[in-house]
Amino acid sequence: MKVGVVTFPGSNGDYDSYAAVKHVMHELVEFLWHKSADLAGSDVVILPGGFSYGDYLRAGAIARFSPIMESVIRFAKSGGLVIGFCNGFQILTECGLLPGALMRNTGLRFSGQFVHVRVENTNTPFTNSYKSNETIKIPIAHGEGNYYNFNGDVKKIEDGGLVVFRYCDANGKITKESNPNGSVNNIAGIVNQEGNVMGMMPHPERAVEKILGSDDGLKVFESVRAALSTRSRRATAGTI
Amino acid sequence: MSSTSQKAVVYVRLKEGVLDPQGLTIQKALSQMGYKEFTSVRTGRFFELDISANGTNIDDRINEVCAKLLANPVIESYRVEKIK
Repeated sequence: MKVGVVTFPGSNGDYDSYAAVKHVMHELVEFLWHKSADLAGSDVVILPGGFSYGDYLRAGAIARFSPIMESVIRFAKSGGLVIGFCNGFQILTECGLLPGALMRNTGLRFSGQFVHVRVENTNTPFTNSYKSNETIKIPIAHGEGNYYNFNGDVKKIEDGGLVVFRYCDANGKITKESNPNGSVNNIAGIVNQEGNVMGMMPHPERAVEKILGSDDGLKVFESVRAALSTRSRRATAGTI
Repeated sequence: MSSTSQKAVVYVRLKEGVLDPQGLTIQKALSQMGYKEFTSVRTGRFFELDISANGTNIDDRINEVCAKLLANPVIESYRVEKIK
C-alpha cells in the first residue's frame, strides 16, 4: 500500500504517521504538502495530529481550505480511504466529511496521557484486525477533543454503527471517569456513513511499538493494509 | 448602492444548549471573587470586516463567509451588524 501523510504548517504528528508506516509496517509512504493538490497516487491519506495553522479561529477551520484538502475531499467522495488523527479528525469535521464538531475539553485542560478505548465496530477498513469489543491502550494529546453533535445526529451515528472507538476504563467499561474530554457517549472515533473516512482523537500512530508504551495502535494500519488488499483483489476479479 | 466603503461586525457565539466550558470557568471565577450575581457567562468572539466600496451582493457575501469560515454552523450561531 502507499500512504500519503499531509503536512500542514503546524502539523506535529506527520512524522509519527510516516515512521509507523515506513519503519514498522514497511510500506510506502510519502509526505503531501498542504499547498500542493497532488495526492501522489496514495491508496490512503492520513491527516496527522498537530495544530494546523496554529489552530487559529477553530481547530482545523483554516486547514480545510488548503489546496491539498480539495483533493482529499474529492478522493474521499470517490471512495478513497482517509484517516484523521487528532487535529486530522478536527479538520474532517470542519470540512463536513465527518458529522459533528470537536469542542474545548470540558475541564479546559490539554490532556496528554494514555487512555483506554474500546473498539466498537470492527467492520471498517480501519478496525478489521481488532477483535470485537477489544479494549486497547493508546495515547491522547489534545485540548479540543470533546466530540459534540445534536441529539438526533448522535442517535443517527449510534444507530448506524458509526462509532468505532469509545473511551473506557481498563476493563472495557464505558464510564464517566474514563471520558477525558466530555465527549458525548464517550465517543473517541467515528466513521462516515460510507465507511471510507475515519476520524479519531487518540493517536494509534504513537502506539505502534512496545517501546512506545503500547503497540495497540498498529492494528489500525494493519486493518487498512488488509482492506486495501481485499479491495484490489476484488478489483482484479472485476467485482468492484 | 452606496459607493463609500463599509464595515461589518460579525458576532459568533455557541448555540443555546451547547456547553461553553470557558464561560462556565469564568462564571466560577467571578463567583469566587465575590461577584455572585453573575449566574451565567457565555463567551463568543467578534470579527470586524472592512468591505471595499465596489463590492456587490455584500449581504450575501457576508453570510457566505460566516457560514463557511467564521462560524461552525454545527455548534455556533452568528449575527451581523453593518456599520454605515
